[in-house]
Amino acid sequence: MDPTTLETVWFLLIAILWAGYFVLEGFDFGVGMLLRRLGRTTEERRNLLHTFGPVWDGNEVWLLVAGGATFAAFPEWYATLFSGFYLPLFLVLVALILRNVGVELWGKGDTDTWRTRWEWAIIVGSAIPALLWGVAWANIVRGVELDANAEYVGTFFDLLNPYALLGGVLTLVAFLAHGACFLKLRTHGVLLERATAIARPLTIAAAALMVAFVAATILRQADGGGVEVVSAVLLVLAGLAAVAGPVALRTRPALTFAASATSIVLVFSGLWAELFPNAMASLGPGPDLSLHAAASTNYTLGVMTVVAVLLVPVVLLYQGWTYWVFRHRVGGPDAVKGDTPLDALGAHTKA
Amino acid sequence: MDVIDLARLQFGITTVYHFIFVPVSIGLAAWVAICQTAAYRTGKEQWDRAARFWGKLFLISFALGVATGIVQEFQFGMGWSDYSRFVGDVFGAPLAMEGLAAFFVESTFLGLWIFGRDRLSPKLHLFSIWMVAIGTMLSAYFILAANAWMQQPVGYELDEAAGRAEMTSILEVLTNTTALWAFPHTIFAAWATAAMVVVAVAAWHIRRGDHADIMRPALRIGLGVACAATILTATVGHFQAMHLVDVQPMKMAAAEALFETKEPAPFSLFATGDWTPNPERTNVDIQIPKLLSFLAQGDFTSEVKGINELNAEYRAKYGPGEYAPIVGLTYWTFRIMVGAGTVLILLTGFALWRLRRRGRLDPRLLGLLLPAALLPQIANATGWIFTEMGRQPWVVQGLLKTEDAVSPTLTTGEILTSLIGFTVLYGVLAVIGGALFARLAGRGPDPGGDDRGPGEPATAPTPEPTLVY
Repeated sequence: MDPTTLETVWFLLIAILWAGYFVLEGFDFGVGMLLRRLGRTTEERRNLLHTFGPVWDGNEVWLLVAGGATFAAFPEWYATLFSGFYLPLFLVLVALILRNVGVELWGKGDTDTWRTRWEWAIIVGSAIPALLWGVAWANIVRGVELDANAEYVGTFFDLLNPYALLGGVLTLVAFLAHGACFLKLRTHGVLLERATAIARPLTIAAAALMVAFVAATILRQADGGGVEVVSAVLLVLAGLAAVAGPVALRTRPALTFAASATSIVLVFSGLWAELFPNAMASLGPGPDLSLHAAASTNYTLGVMTVVAVLLVPVVLLYQGWTYWVFRHRVGGPDAVKGDTPLDALGAHTKA
Repeated sequence: MDVIDLARLQFGITTVYHFIFVPVSIGLAAWVAICQTAAYRTGKEQWDRAARFWGKLFLISFALGVATGIVQEFQFGMGWSDYSRFVGDVFGAPLAMEGLAAFFVESTFLGLWIFGRDRLSPKLHLFSIWMVAIGTMLSAYFILAANAWMQQPVGYELDEAAGRAEMTSILEVLTNTTALWAFPHTIFAAWATAAMVVVAVAAWHIRRGDHADIMRPALRIGLGVACAATILTATVGHFQAMHLVDVQPMKMAAAEALFETKEPAPFSLFATGDWTPNPERTNVDIQIPKLLSFLAQGDFTSEVKGINELNAEYRAKYGPGEYAPIVGLTYWTFRIMVGAGTVLILLTGFALWRLRRRGRLDPRLLGLLLPAALLPQIANATGWIFTEMGRQPWVVQGLLKTEDAVSPTLTTGEILTSLIGFTVLYGVLAVIGGALFARLAGRGPDPGGDDRGPGEPATAPTPEPTLVY
């Protein structure tokens, strides 16, 4: 059965929450992974942490709300997905705990050993989710083995198929590139130089992987039930946006960041367009888990819609305001007012 | 142990551990906000240093609370998928609302507060910490409303065909009487918990004779809040227990080891029974006549139903089976909770009285106040274990049994991996977090004049940790 309007709305809202999470936490993960590569001294690493310090905690809430919204709107989806992907999710949770505690406690100790250990916690804790979120979503859309009760009956290693691994490597590298592009807007001096130097190979690698993943996805669709037009268009646009990134890199750093964010949103939109109207695709023996079968009642969805309509604009407003408050570049002696990412949007970069 | 026992153990360990930090964060957020308000109003620099000092300790607790809280958002689906399928239509709503209404507020304004000292006006900066404090309390309400539904399902109907509960009234779910009692009980307990953290740190410094300008008011206010909040927690708890007799009579009967229905019912001071989940009778039971009738019903003559009669009633209603929780555990966790609270009231009351009479506390009493910070933690942990274990065999009272709630595909290997993984990780974090907390608490407030902003590099060779990273 086709999903109802409210079910479609909630699928869209959950997709938006995930997209927001990937764009926002994407650069947190990217900066986290680059922490020791780009920051050579304690002060440089402190500055790198400060580029996302005021916002990462709020960024992570997008994931928590995506989880909560899935529980409320599509309980069967929440149940099947999280119990089915038990071990990968466990790894993600451990990684997020390490990353979170690392970011918070890094500066609260006195020794180099203390800081070095937490730096590795941040690097590993950023890399694991960056990799596994791609693996997870590629699997959800490609399909996994579900039985008639919509229980996952595959194994942990079934999730590590080549297509899903390509998706994982894509998100890993795309988030790295995204983080480097973010740093080009948020740093000064030597950090900006290093971010610029590493952004180039990273954005090129991300673009190449994006094109490969888009091609693999469209081929997979052609191989299965046929190419889905909306999905394919979104995916091709994702590839184009990713390729535009390195092209714009030298002159328009803000555009590169925008291209990176856009390609991340578009590639997932392409996947979700293919997934719709299902919540999870099945490779058998049971049928796909449709959104309609997974959904809560219209009453619950209606209540949650009212709550979302009232609160989401407020959340966007104050989160946006936070980004405005902390718009200034960090790490340079000339970190003065006016030198913000917004200025970079129009002007040629100084670096 | 089979999968379900391991899954329960994991949920218990991760949740009790998470709840070490929750009340400390709820209470300290409010305390930091109060210190900063005092600084803003009076302009006294000592309150500003106090806000930053307690703020540092608050941040350690908050960091660990958030990190371990992420697990909570996902582990219903991971370990308890059949539970999630059954309750999601009702239970998911308050959880999602918590995210939208509270999590975003807490974490966004916390970032603004940590890094915003130099970027925001003092007023907006103060506003930020109040938003964090309010956010933590909102969070508590939604979670308690969700939990209350497991104790007392309201505002739903059963869809037999779909095999799930479906929400019919969000208002009833959010104004569940169990939640209305649990919320003040939990918040007062959180204030007492955080106040005792403040008292312990202050007592340590006063005993060493340093930072008197900040620690003396902290000790006085902390003792006052801890004493008053614990009395309020107990008072609300009493009415909560009367409410329990109505909605979860089995839990209350087990809490009192009352096996046979009595009219009037005596209150048990000390009871033992055979070493089995439900011994069906006590071996030793020292009682105060009629007191339970009074506590449960408000007079000295009423009947209070016993475990054995309730068990028979439930068997007639729900079919054969054991409907009593582990009686000894329920009985003793309830008593440890009440006992820890009582000791806390007496100790803080005595310290307040001495402080008022002599103007200071002697070193021995100050030394005693340090380990006393564990009393609220003991009461919190046993209180939750009582609440959750006392509801067994149900996961949702009268609707869904715990044995039917676990993820059917969960393997022993998976649950063992995560159980060991989380336990080891949490253990390591407890050691590191505890040591860091003790070090920063022991170091005391900054000597003043430190206005280092987020972007500015430290000039001192060993930089004094500030709120920013």
